[in-house]
Amino acid sequence: MVTTLATAAEHGAEVAASTGAPLEMAWLIPIIPMVSAAVIWGVGKRFPKKGAEIGILAMLAVLAGALVVFFDTIGHIAADEGWHGYERAVTWMNFGPGTTLELGFKVDGLAAVLLVVVGVVATMVHLYASSYMHDEVRVTHFFASLSLFTASMLNLVLANNTIQMLVGWEGMGVCSYLLIGHWWEKHENSSAAIKAFLTTRVGDVGFMLGIFVLFWGAQSFNVGVISEMATAGDIAKGTLTVGAILLFCGAIGKSAQFPLHTWLPDAMAGPTPVSALIHAATMVVAGVYLVARMFPVFAAAAPVALEEVAIIGSITMLIAALLALVQDDLKKVLAYSTISQLGYMIAGLGVHAYTASVFHIWTHAWFKALLFLGAGSVIHAVHSNKMSDMGGLYKKMPVTSITYIIGGLALAGFPPFAGFWSKDELVLGAYTQAMEGSGAAMFTFIAMLVTAFLTALYVARMLALTFFGKPKYDEKHVHPHESPKLMIVPLMILAALAVAGGWVGLPGEMNQFGKWVHLPGSEHEPFNMMIAVVSTGAALAGFGIGWAIFRLGKVKVDLQKTALAPVYKLLVNKYYLDDIYWKFIVRPVRDRLSAAAYWINMKVLDGAVNAAGIVAVKTGDFMYRDVDQGLIDGGVNNLAGLMGLAGSKLKFWQTGNMQRYAAAMFLGVAVLVGAFVFFRI
Amino acid sequence: MNLVEEWGITLAVFLPLLGAIVIVLTPKGMESIQKVLALAATGAALLVGLALTFAFEHGEPGMQFEKSLSWIPSIDSNYHVGIDGISLPLLVLSVLVCFLCIIYACWHIPEPGNAKAFLALILLLETGMNGSFIALDLVLFFVFWELVLVPMYFLIGIWGGENRQYASIKFFLYTLFGSVFMLLGFLALYFQSDPHTFDMLLLQESGVLDIPAGLASLIFGGLALGFAVKVPMWPFHTWLPDAHTQAPTIGSVLLAAVLLKMGTYGFMRIAIPILPGPAMQFAPVIAVLAAIAIVYGALCCLAQTNLKRMIAFSSVGHMGFVMLGISTMTPEGFNAAVFGMVAHGVVTGMLFFLAGSIKERYHTYEMPELAGMGLKIPKMAGLLAFCAIASLGLPGLAGFWGEVMALLASYQPLEGLDPTIFRGAMVVGAIGTVLTAGYFLWMLQRVNMGKISEKWKKVKLADVETLEYAAWLPLLALILVLGLYPRLIMDTTTSSVTALTETITGRSSGDDAHVAQVTDH
Amino acid sequence: MPLNWVLVLTTFLFCVGVYGVLARRNAVIVLMSIEIMLNAVNLNLIAFNGALEGDRLIGQVFALFVIAIAAAELGVGLAIVLLIYRNSFTVSLDEVNLLKW
Repeated sequence: MVTTLATAAEHGAEVAASTGAPLEMAWLIPIIPMVSAAVIWGVGKRFPKKGAEIGILAMLAVLAGALVVFFDTIGHIAADEGWHGYERAVTWMNFGPGTTLELGFKVDGLAAVLLVVVGVVATMVHLYASSYMHDEVRVTHFFASLSLFTASMLNLVLANNTIQMLVGWEGMGVCSYLLIGHWWEKHENSSAAIKAFLTTRVGDVGFMLGIFVLFWGAQSFNVGVISEMATAGDIAKGTLTVGAILLFCGAIGKSAQFPLHTWLPDAMAGPTPVSALIHAATMVVAGVYLVARMFPVFAAAAPVALEEVAIIGSITMLIAALLALVQDDLKKVLAYSTISQLGYMIAGLGVHAYTASVFHIWTHAWFKALLFLGAGSVIHAVHSNKMSDMGGLYKKMPVTSITYIIGGLALAGFPPFAGFWSKDELVLGAYTQAMEGSGAAMFTFIAMLVTAFLTALYVARMLALTFFGKPKYDEKHVHPHESPKLMIVPLMILAALAVAGGWVGLPGEMNQFGKWVHLPGSEHEPFNMMIAVVSTGAALAGFGIGWAIFRLGKVKVDLQKTALAPVYKLLVNKYYLDDIYWKFIVRPVRDRLSAAAYWINMKVLDGAVNAAGIVAVKTGDFMYRDVDQGLIDGGVNNLAGLMGLAGSKLKFWQTGNMQRYAAAMFLGVAVLVGAFVFFRI
Repeated sequence: MNLVEEWGITLAVFLPLLGAIVIVLTPKGMESIQKVLALAATGAALLVGLALTFAFEHGEPGMQFEKSLSWIPSIDSNYHVGIDGISLPLLVLSVLVCFLCIIYACWHIPEPGNAKAFLALILLLETGMNGSFIALDLVLFFVFWELVLVPMYFLIGIWGGENRQYASIKFFLYTLFGSVFMLLGFLALYFQSDPHTFDMLLLQESGVLDIPAGLASLIFGGLALGFAVKVPMWPFHTWLPDAHTQAPTIGSVLLAAVLLKMGTYGFMRIAIPILPGPAMQFAPVIAVLAAIAIVYGALCCLAQTNLKRMIAFSSVGHMGFVMLGISTMTPEGFNAAVFGMVAHGVVTGMLFFLAGSIKERYHTYEMPELAGMGLKIPKMAGLLAFCAIASLGLPGLAGFWGEVMALLASYQPLEGLDPTIFRGAMVVGAIGTVLTAGYFLWMLQRVNMGKISEKWKKVKLADVETLEYAAWLPLLALILVLGLYPRLIMDTTTSSVTALTETITGRSSGDDAHVAQVTDH
Repeated sequence: MPLNWVLVLTTFLFCVGVYGVLARRNAVIVLMSIEIMLNAVNLNLIAFNGALEGDRLIGQVFALFVIAIAAAELGVGLAIVLLIYRNSFTVSLDEVNLLKW
């Protein structure tokens, strides 16, 4: 026990000696938003924008710090390929003799990348929200929670030990709860908030127990120590497997994986900037980050743990993408899309595509934050979440529309947009593993391709229904117009990133990202043209089909009446393939299968969650009424009653007649005398 | 400093008693003078407590500031007092909470008034509580232990709610029932030890107590019963919700913050170190009961519509975590227990304060009637949310460490205990944390959120007032500080709990040399 | 005089007293019966002293104590009887049940 702790200390000291100044100050990054949260809660109300400006300042500081740390980190990596990262810690406390918990931070490529993601998205969202939330209730509270959320996420990213990760993890959870329920006057909103917190908390139980299992396996909470010991085989494989699976339960909850994904769509009840920051770009990728951070444990526990990860991720991406197809609520489409993309990342980790998964976190953050913020801009304009209240917005809101379309294309995975590069690497990773004979990887590979197809499909649908076609809103009352600058500028910045953000991971020698985030043992695969073509083809097919259905589908109605009707009809109907597809593929997939999936989602899974709540309440009711009050408490009361009963019967012996008392006394004396005589005492 | 080291703990115990006597001597109706006197007495005790904290050698395992004066020579019972890392946090908690309660009493004396009696009883109560945490003699401990019952009985019975008679009698009798067995246990220890002694430290030394295993188990059972009722452990907890619900606010606060800890403290100070062998036998039973308590408490909370009763039931669950920590017999578990005790005292005490203040405004504890409190009195609602979230064990706030360490420790209980049972308890306890989150969040939804009911729409209610802030801010700050800087307690307790575990391993395996080494420290 | 004779006499006296205490309704007679019992005891004390102790007169001293106590008891007893009579116009013990639950 003592020796491993000493290794941790030496490890830190050794790294510390070989590094420069900026990294030493990295611990300040989570402190800044923590302080800003306290300040906003304390005095934010007195500021002209009710605390928004403090939040924005803090986020700019965070962003600056994150960029400094990031560039310093990649500088270190460029100088030394084997650079492990910079770690510093103080003792937080001793649980017992030799059971030390550190408070520390660890900066390596993975953490640095996440820092940038959080810093940029948080800054953009703050800027955007300062305009979006301008007239809302409890603005101060909103920005304080956002700051605290950012602090928690940064703490998670920088944490060097599992408990500290848990602290950030749960902190995010509670901020998410506060923000989803921001408009808590409405019952649905507060219910959605509770659902989000509790569903993730179910996963957190696994996370917590996983921490314990690994702690007693490695005698340390330190991520580095656990990883090294896992890789070196110093922890029993059974322990590792159990620990990894339990940890993954946490990821299932937080990253909204099947079967705990149901909270995320409901979480859309929160304000849109919250959805962009928490439920798209940062908090929900925490589960992915956790698996990536603890990847050596998962790798050492292979194949069981990794296959489980791959399969769960694959199932998630598929069902979520299907669900996204049937949504009318714009934000829910994005929510299901987020779940699906998280499934990509998780499944990617399950097939050893470590770098690619983290790369997907990076690119996904840009385009998904962009999409959410864009959706917010649209919703702001038409005062409705529903796509059936939108349409034809392209002309009214050009900037929003163009940026949104960029985001959509990036999500669908078209080159050269950011999403393509990461998705391609993930698919390639799955393919490589599948070729080595792993059944789970083969499943993942197929799931990824199908999801790529479906993703493009719903993206096309979403774009078509929202920005094109005829306006479906009430044109007399709703006059959509472009959003204010404070909302547009973040959109443009994120759009630029959604285009160019993936170029840091271009294939071949130019690939920088693979150097930043790199894990020995999970090597980067070289670019494979065939895979790129296949995955892009799937996306293109999806998008094409989607576009054809949702944008162009209306055209055919007029053409049916011409003279060349039969041939034309055949052509228009594309040899009825469309109909066949429609009847046997599209409709079943779009209406039946996805509806069935949605039905299972709502009735079975969601129902189970709800039923579990009801059962718990009923059981509580039963335990309280029948067991506690009836059985246990009743028993206590009955005992007291028994004593009273005895008294009420025995009292009749007290007649008040002195002569009877005297007789009894004499009798007693006589008995005693008799006894004394008889026994000769 | 010499005064503190020599007489500090004695002062901490008897200053409040002195205050109570002085208050009784003042004429009735001079309320402000009585309040100042009470403030002075508890404030002085608090200062002494803080001085003790600074004078204390943190990190030393043994007893400090020990004092032994002859008291009842005929049975060799002494006024033997002293504190170590386990009792110091609890003593400080007690003096702090009492002081804050008096501040709160300055804001408001509950119906039917009579500040003189009310304050004097609280001071008397403080003497009993402080005394229990410092006594190192079984008779002395028992006197303080029973001394606590009387003022609490009157606090509930006179200043309580509608059903106060029932609750106060139930509280008194149930606790007394437990302490009878405890007293029998004490007597058995006295007569079985050689030489006969009531001294806790002497009884812990190997060779002093030489009893057959069956009798030892019996004695432990008696002691455990007495402590378990006070904790309260499932299924001996039914007095608690009634007592809490009916007690006046300050009574509930003291009950939750300090009184319950006397039970768990008794396990750690008396039952386990004196009878480590039976303790090892009973540990799995305690762990199972603790796990049941955690889930059971949470389930019962889900069934409540009464805010105060819900908080009371939450105590059952939280004390379950404390007992789970104790049952592991490891330093980590004991640490978890002490931390959990202090955290529960701070957090739940604060929750009871809030419930009381809410009742002062709304005249009800029924959650449906409180709906929309966040719109009506937002600061109060914010504090309630903060404390509820702290109580559900959010990392970074006080409630977290006790729970997580207890669960961590139960993965790997002391050698000789069957880990399977403890790991089962760990899983059950971890599931309990979800339920705990569930009922607290549901409570927040029903109380803080939603729309204001018709009844309260036009009524103006005062938000948190200055004196309330004065009474609460230290607790609120502690919730945050303990969450972020847990060393505040850990650095004090770790060495003492380690010594406790060493006592167990040394004594239960009969390794006398080892024990001697430990006591030499 | 043989001791046995005296014992027979005192036993007889004592039994008379017991009978009076247990069987008679009149409170005054009960008190008198008590006196008879006490005197039986006094005789016993003196007789045993004569038989066992000789000149040390221990029994006689006790007998004196008993007489004194008997006087006091009788005084208190009669006073109670008088008061009961004044309140309920009876001295029959059957009708007095102040000690009843």
